[in-house]
Amino acid sequence: MAELSIVEAVNDALHVELARDDSVMVMGEDVGRAGGVFRATAGLRDRFGPNRCFDTPLAEAGILGSAVGLCMAGWRPVCEMQYDAFSYPCLDQLITHVGRYRWRTGGNMEFPLVVRMPYGGGVRAPELHDDSPETYYVHTPGVKVAIPSTPADAKGILAAAIRDPDPVVVLEPKLHYRTLKGEVPEGEHVVPLGRARLAREGEDLTLVAYGSMVPVCEAAAEELDASVEVLDIRSLKPLDEDALLGSAAKTGRVAIVQEAPRVCGFAAELAAILAEKAILDLQAPVLRVTGYDVPYPYWQIEDAYMPSVARVVDAGRKLLDF
Amino acid sequence: MAQVVPAERDLRRVIGDADGSGDRALDGPGEQELLDLYRSLVLLRTYDERSVVYHRQGRIGTYAIFWNHEAMQAGAVHALEDDDWIFPSYRESAIGLLRGMPPATVLSWWRGHPVGWWNPADYNVASICVPIATHVPHAAGLAWGKKLRGERTVAIAFFGDGATSEGSFHEGANFAAVTDAPLILFCNNNQWAISTPLSAQTRAAALADKAAGYGIPGVRVDGTDVLAVYEATCEAVERARAGEGPTFIEALSYRAAPHATADDPRAYIDLERVEEERARECVGRYEGYLRRAGILHDELAESIRRDATDAMRAGIAAAEAEPSADPSLVFEHAYVDPPTTLRSDWEELKRILG
Ligand SMILES: Cc1ncc(C[n+]2csc(CCOP(=O)(O)OP(=O)(O)O)c2C)c(N)n1
Ligand SMILES: [Mg+2]
Repeated sequence: MAELSIVEAVNDALHVELARDDSVMVMGEDVGRAGGVFRATAGLRDRFGPNRCFDTPLAEAGILGSAVGLCMAGWRPVCEMQYDAFSYPCLDQLITHVGRYRWRTGGNMEFPLVVRMPYGGGVRAPELHDDSPETYYVHTPGVKVAIPSTPADAKGILAAAIRDPDPVVVLEPKLHYRTLKGEVPEGEHVVPLGRARLAREGEDLTLVAYGSMVPVCEAAAEELDASVEVLDIRSLKPLDEDALLGSAAKTGRVAIVQEAPRVCGFAAELAAILAEKAILDLQAPVLRVTGYDVPYPYWQIEDAYMPSVARVVDAGRKLLDF
Repeated sequence: MAQVVPAERDLRRVIGDADGSGDRALDGPGEQELLDLYRSLVLLRTYDERSVVYHRQGRIGTYAIFWNHEAMQAGAVHALEDDDWIFPSYRESAIGLLRGMPPATVLSWWRGHPVGWWNPADYNVASICVPIATHVPHAAGLAWGKKLRGERTVAIAFFGDGATSEGSFHEGANFAAVTDAPLILFCNNNQWAISTPLSAQTRAAALADKAAGYGIPGVRVDGTDVLAVYEATCEAVERARAGEGPTFIEALSYRAAPHATADDPRAYIDLERVEEERARECVGRYEGYLRRAGILHDELAESIRRDATDAMRAGIAAAEAEPSADPSLVFEHAYVDPPTTLRSDWEELKRILG
């Protein structure tokens, strides 16, 4: 085991997977010569050559669209979008082709591509460097989505995404890219998609989150005067419904925390599943703690936007007092 | 029809070499105007150099450096009238200074403070565009819309060499062309998009060649020659006002500073080339030209620099004196008529913040 940051774990996964399978290639803006603006792809170009770690022109629709064609030619492209909000030009390709092509071929062709990007706020950056765009991706049929919160999962989930025969979008919590460190298994390490992680066990209340909201929930759990469970969903699609329903059955009280705006966010999906399948287990309404339905604000007031420990604690108390 | 000047040897220049060989006089601007242009260059240069210091001191956040891009920005803006619209990218963040915007406003933008979000209508300067090339269609639409209303307004969109790879650039340029919009597509070709060199961005020998594909004129100028930029933009403005549609201007330079304060270009850039570029940087070149023409002397240059330094000192002081932003602003401005949930969200947040 090595102690790595999240971005180092991503880099490690890419090195291992490119070495393991010579059809895996990395492409994106500044991924080669510079090793990525966050250094997630550092060393790949030197080790595997410029064709397997390719500096693309500045065109996100072009990156994802050509990845579709590369899949048809037998490659497994791992596309980097430089930032969350700069991925939006690729949504056209994602929605009209990436999520539909296998279906369109009657299941005859596979599109084992990966889109990975840093996401989320709290980094004191200029406009459009802070978004949590998971809903756009997870809402697209034919596309899987995962969001790790720990270095070990950042490596294992990316490896699983690369090996997965379907398109997978992986969002990496940029707020904790360098600051959150943890033990990461060396060599091949795969965390299967579709399995949640119990970040903390408890009896009275469940806080459900993914990505950068997991540490917020863990901090809130410490502050609450109760036995609090923290469930790290980590794979949004496929979703580990058993883990979600199991925890709800155990505690009967659930708050879901997401950084993205509230309307139609992933928390709404989780709440709907609980309403459909766990209503008799619940002892309180399901609460959501989310970003607000506004453009991500100027960074001097971004802390008021981000779901804070105080807001999660407040929701937890409401549930416990219900 | 399309007048494309593809080869680098045909780069349009007005300012000659340091010994004065090749200096050309411009028809049009008189001494005062030439000095005003110098003031603008110095103001932008001072803004940029002070900003890098302020960033190091933790007084502004991440900052996109535009050192040696001042000639493109000032040269182009001086060719416009105040009613003409400017669509800047992050690289032209301080271009509003040339329209009387206080430095404190732009500094506040980089400080992540809401007072940095100016009202575009106050200066005819659109908001800073961060997602590459996405403002090009906006500029095309504004130019087209003004024309439809019978106004004589011209628009200019600034974007980089990397931006020409984006779909939005293509779509905006094509819209402007088919609508004969009075638009100047101004490409700051500093030959790098962060770490990606121009050679990895395009196989076009010159970006100006792209103009031919839209059926519009493309011209290529030395982007560190403020007078060449000015002259080329004046011609493009004239065409635009005459109803002859858009012009693509490629201003060639070389990025001699990091992409932004967060970037370390030593890993990828040609440092020798950077040194060459720094030696022929655009403010010094123009200063040499004015001195050779007997228009500028030490005392005047000194006082122009002092004015700019004072403006920046006052600007950062004003930006720092700004009271911290009210968190209620999180819920403001997105809608004319907001959903009621925004109000209840704010009430709840206030209760939790205590
Ligand atoms: C749509 C989009 N993709 C990626 C980025 C990240 N990014 C910021 S600046 C930049 C390079 C831009 O290069 P160029 O267009 O040449 O302009 P320059 O910065 O050199 O002025 C990139 C890739 C972005 N801002 N927007
Ligand atoms: Mg550039």
